[in-house]
Amino acid sequence: MHRPPNSSRRQFLGLAAGAAVLGAVPVVTVRPAEATPAMLASAIRNVTGGSAVKTGKVKLDVPPLVENGNTVPLTVSVNHPMAPEDHVTSIHVFNEKNPQPNIGNFYLGPHAGRAQVSTRIRLADSQKIVAIAKLSDGSFWSASVDVVVTLAACTEEVI
Amino acid sequence: MASALINVPAKAKRGEIIEIKTLMSHIMETGYRHTASGEIVPRDIITSFACRYNGTEIFRADLFPAIAANPFITFFTTATESGKFEFEWIGDRGFSETATASITVE
Repeated sequence: MHRPPNSSRRQFLGLAAGAAVLGAVPVVTVRPAEATPAMLASAIRNVTGGSAVKTGKVKLDVPPLVENGNTVPLTVSVNHPMAPEDHVTSIHVFNEKNPQPNIGNFYLGPHAGRAQVSTRIRLADSQKIVAIAKLSDGSFWSASVDVVVTLAACTEEVI
Repeated sequence: MASALINVPAKAKRGEIIEIKTLMSHIMETGYRHTASGEIVPRDIITSFACRYNGTEIFRADLFPAIAANPFITFFTTATESGKFEFEWIGDRGFSETATASITVE
């Protein structure tokens, strides 16, 4: 029979497939690592210092469906009085899947009158966004929103 | 270089909560993009923004690459007295820009 040539062809295909797999591995690792839920958790821990974060008070306004991840309007407001003895001291915004978990830190004071900030952000993928507010009594409050992105930002090639 | 746009009400009543809108023209290069030849484009972003009202800091922000190009930031403050708002942006590669706006409080 013609077994020898057939088996060498099989060997060749096997080697080729192996080489392709080996070749593909570095390509995957060269891509910027995306922030993982663990990175998100550690970024949040850097801000809170391990204190408990309660859900509520914070309102995170982001469109649920985003066409262009390069500029996404974002508004964070905290439903809390801004009295000198009891106010919001800072607002921190995080993401889950951009290369870095941080988006921005905003520091306010009682003179702000209203605990609300707006900006425009980049989103590299459909993901969860988390906003955390720190109050003057040391407590932390959070809100999170899931956003679907059709055109991703940050990692595209420069022409 | 008129690269900053500031929107502060010209007049306000004493104690009124006013909104301040700011926009600074800046590429905000993330440092995660690369050229067709595979080289990483170095990071070039604004890292901090601050606003002072008659010399007192009323708002500050740390910015990260996830802030979109031409950072647009709005926030609120209470109009307490007539005077000047000073805005300052600081970033990579020695980037530093300032802008001012004045307000009359009645």
